Amino acid sequence: MRLDRALLVLAPFSLLIIFKPWLPGWAITPPKSCLGGCADIDGMIPFVDWVNAAIVFLRKYEFFDAFTFRDITRSISGMVDSLLHFTEGLLHEGFADFGIGAIPWIALVGAAAIYGWYLRGWKLALLGSSCFLYLALFSKRGIWELSMQTLSAIAVSAPIAGLIGILVGILAAKRRTAERIIWPILNVLQSLPHFSYLIIVAIFFGVGSKAGVIATIVFAFPPMARLTLVGLQNIRSEVIEAGIMSGCSRMQMLFKVELPSARNELMLGVNQIIMQCLAMVVIASFIGQSGLGHDLLARLQRLAIGQALEVGVAVVFIAIALDRFSQAIANKQPTHLPEGTFWKRRPCLTTFIGFVAAILVLSPIAPFIAKFPEHLTISTSTFWDGIVDYITLHFYGPLANFRDALLVYFLIPFRSAITGIPWIAIIALVACLGWRMGGWRLALTVSLFVFFIAASGYWVRAMITLYMVLVSLMICAVFGIPIGIWASRREWSTRLMQNICDTFQTFPSFIYLLPVVMLFQISDVSAIFAIIIYASIPIVRYTIFGLRNVPQEIVEAAVTSGCTQNQMLWKVRLPMAFPEIILGLNQTLMFGLFMVMIAGFIGTVDLSQEIFRALTFNDGGKGLVIGLCVSFIGLTADRLLVAWSDRQKQEYGLA
Amino acid sequence: MSSNTKIACKEIWKLYGSNPREFFEKNQRNPSDEAIKSEQYIPAVRNATFDVHEGEILVIMGLSGSGKSTLVRCLSRLVEPTWGKVEFDGIDLLQAPEKTLIEIRRHKMGMVFQNFALLPHRTVLQNIAFPLEVQGIDKATRESKAREIIEIVGLQGRDNYYPRELSGGQQQRVGIGRSLAVEPDIWFLDEPFSALDPLIRKEMQNEFIRLQSILGKTIVFITHDFDEAIKLADRIAIMYEGIIVQLGTAEELISNPATQYVEEFTRDIPRAKLLSVSSIMEPLSGTVSEHLSVFADDSIEKIARTVLAQESDVQVMDQQNQAVGMLRRQRLLETIFENSSEE
Ligand SMILES: Nc1ncnc2c1ncn2[C@@H]1O[C@H](COP(=O)(O)OP(=O)(O)OP(=O)(O)O)[C@@H](O)[C@H]1O
Ligand SMILES: [Mg+2]
Repeated sequence: MRLDRALLVLAPFSLLIIFKPWLPGWAITPPKSCLGGCADIDGMIPFVDWVNAAIVFLRKYEFFDAFTFRDITRSISGMVDSLLHFTEGLLHEGFADFGIGAIPWIALVGAAAIYGWYLRGWKLALLGSSCFLYLALFSKRGIWELSMQTLSAIAVSAPIAGLIGILVGILAAKRRTAERIIWPILNVLQSLPHFSYLIIVAIFFGVGSKAGVIATIVFAFPPMARLTLVGLQNIRSEVIEAGIMSGCSRMQMLFKVELPSARNELMLGVNQIIMQCLAMVVIASFIGQSGLGHDLLARLQRLAIGQALEVGVAVVFIAIALDRFSQAIANKQPTHLPEGTFWKRRPCLTTFIGFVAAILVLSPIAPFIAKFPEHLTISTSTFWDGIVDYITLHFYGPLANFRDALLVYFLIPFRSAITGIPWIAIIALVACLGWRMGGWRLALTVSLFVFFIAASGYWVRAMITLYMVLVSLMICAVFGIPIGIWASRREWSTRLMQNICDTFQTFPSFIYLLPVVMLFQISDVSAIFAIIIYASIPIVRYTIFGLRNVPQEIVEAAVTSGCTQNQMLWKVRLPMAFPEIILGLNQTLMFGLFMVMIAGFIGTVDLSQEIFRALTFNDGGKGLVIGLCVSFIGLTADRLLVAWSDRQKQEYGLA
Repeated sequence: MSSNTKIACKEIWKLYGSNPREFFEKNQRNPSDEAIKSEQYIPAVRNATFDVHEGEILVIMGLSGSGKSTLVRCLSRLVEPTWGKVEFDGIDLLQAPEKTLIEIRRHKMGMVFQNFALLPHRTVLQNIAFPLEVQGIDKATRESKAREIIEIVGLQGRDNYYPRELSGGQQQRVGIGRSLAVEPDIWFLDEPFSALDPLIRKEMQNEFIRLQSILGKTIVFITHDFDEAIKLADRIAIMYEGIIVQLGTAEELISNPATQYVEEFTRDIPRAKLLSVSSIMEPLSGTVSEHLSVFADDSIEKIARTVLAQESDVQVMDQQNQAVGMLRRQRLLETIFENSSEE
């Protein structure tokens, strides 16, 4: 019965495909000119030109006849520049004017150790200090300086992004209308690929580290805004009432009651901001952000895999350390201090003061404190290059065969099938699905998303992007779901898998290109493999979550009905976990889209290639419109899958 | 009990729904049950008119969803009534500007919440000092004041603990302490002990009685536990679907229920504890015991044992030791066993 109805929903789509030979040309691929016949534009509707016109207008516009938009951007980048100057001085350049050096490496190692010890104990202390130690030890090719550049960019962008995020979140929480406008914008911003930000920022702010920092700020603030809003909305009404009854004014309410009560969400936001900043700072090397990302990019382009790998490990190390530290800060709940002397009450602070004093006293007599001794630095890149050479020598044949077979028998046919679907059939499909899952409003929203892509003139490229994402999604599902099922069976394997997922998720997506380029060099296949590794994380995670969160009573009821382990899995746990698995697929698709766009860097012919072209030619309109195309692919899938999952949950009474 | 009026409310209505004010005006300011139901409004409070006297404990009772919290929130203006008038010490709260309201709350009102509503990032001391802090009182003064209160609510030695580190009962002590910090004239308590387990609840009730004997505040207390109400109340208001169906002393509610609902609501209450001798005494006639007489104000529970030990009926006296009536053993027995005989 349910199958019947499913077929009914698919009917318009299938009919349009069957009758494709009789369809007029404009119904198959979107026409390249507007329907009236005006020439010389890319798509049915000249979105790109509109955006470019708007950009030109903005650059020339004078506010109050006093200052131009360019003045504004100049002053912003001036501000960022001086902040960047300060953090870079602190971390690696020193302040020559004042005769003060940068913070010595040993101070960072020690500070990380003491802070980690204070936050959570010796494990975190070890992680923090070994991260900095690695950076110092492997600094033969300047990894230490590069890392400090990256860190100083994060140190500037994360607080600013956090502040903007909190302000936007507060605005949305306080005004209904503001929320209605801000929320959809946040949705689009969060699904816009990194490169769209880079292109737009490059147009207004030029290139270089300050532009990179600005792009990072814009990229990283949306999650903070969202979490602030959620946090403020979730405060129990009683707590607010207690504030009112104590006689708080509005400002007192906000700063003394509301923001502190939303602490957990805000701290989660801090963690996300830091991780987003790191990911973006690495990618911002495309518009000249100096630091680890820049180096990584250059070495990858020269296929110097060994060196790239060392840099990559540094990025990964920093990522894990930043993630664990910010999480530890978030989870540190205030506790009353024990009674006693200062040393007893605050042992970590005392140690820290002692440590700083020791460095200040010792640094004039012991030069190794300020600078890690040159002769002790190491590099293992020749070793890795050896491995890469070995792989190329001995496995290149089989790997290439595998790659070619995959391309010829699977990828290319699949790709032609997808790109051959008439665009009106796809609109019909999403409209019917939307109507079935969530009514006419959803149907209208998703159809408009798809129509935008068709009208923008990038339909075929978008379909190639879709094909790459779908292939990866299928492979992720085929591997990810069984892995999730396996991991959920036992306590230890669950924890192991969750740890692996947590760790892998912190890596900036760019990093995933390293191993695949090592194996497959530059091709469609390596792009797809990179996507698969990166995008498998959420599906594994959600599968585990869904399977383990089946209500205990239901499991017990099944056990008492005499279910075997297998029956339990197939008849109880999997169906109950289904809504979560759908959400996992949704996330996987989102991750996949992001990765596809980055993988354009290693040569694919979809939207990402166009976006790289836009980046080279500084074509803002193109960059934004393509970004929106990607975003709308993601949002269409997101809307439909979340609606589906919600329906299922409601049906099972889980919502 | 002094009869000075602390809070006077007249015809308070609170409807929840899409456009309550317009709906209310449209229905001649007295919408019927049918109209409310058909247009899907929720009548949280309907036409509540009553006074809170200075120094009394007024308990508001009713089933879950009957509008108790909403009514009290109308009194403190946490919720804006759809219609009506609330006067606090002669000030019209509904017309008062925000500034006045903040002043009143800073100095004259205190409120305790069902789920404590403590600020999780502040210690016990800081939570209690919070209302003083928002008034702008300097740190030393407010902390010494807060320490006094910590003493009063019995949390000595826990000054620097965070709410997370306290048990439920201790957390509610902090909530009580915070509401007392400003020495309020009127004290609202919204089911302050419901979230606690029975033993601790009992302890907190006794604590509350002890506090009130020191402080003597005007109190509006919400509960849905009748035993608690009887233990604490001077007067009890019973709410049913937003309407105050009866307001009076516990004794009045039992001996003279206004509606079927109140009667059912109070059925399981042990009468002996509440009714005084005067409610069941009869005019003097026939012979009475020579050895024993009882006061009209005594509760039945108090005198039952001695009276029933007698063979005959006893005389009832007033405070001036004047005979005002008699109490029959038969009637006494009936009253005591009334609850059980009906089953
Ligand atoms: N903000 C609101 N919006 C809509 N309806 C509300 C709102 N607040 C309360 N109500 C409704 O008003 C009615 C009275 O609620 P109220 O909280 O005053 O009841 P209560 O007597 O305090 O119940 P309880 O014993 O459960 O605390 C309920 O039907 C409730 O659903
Ligand atoms: Mg209530």
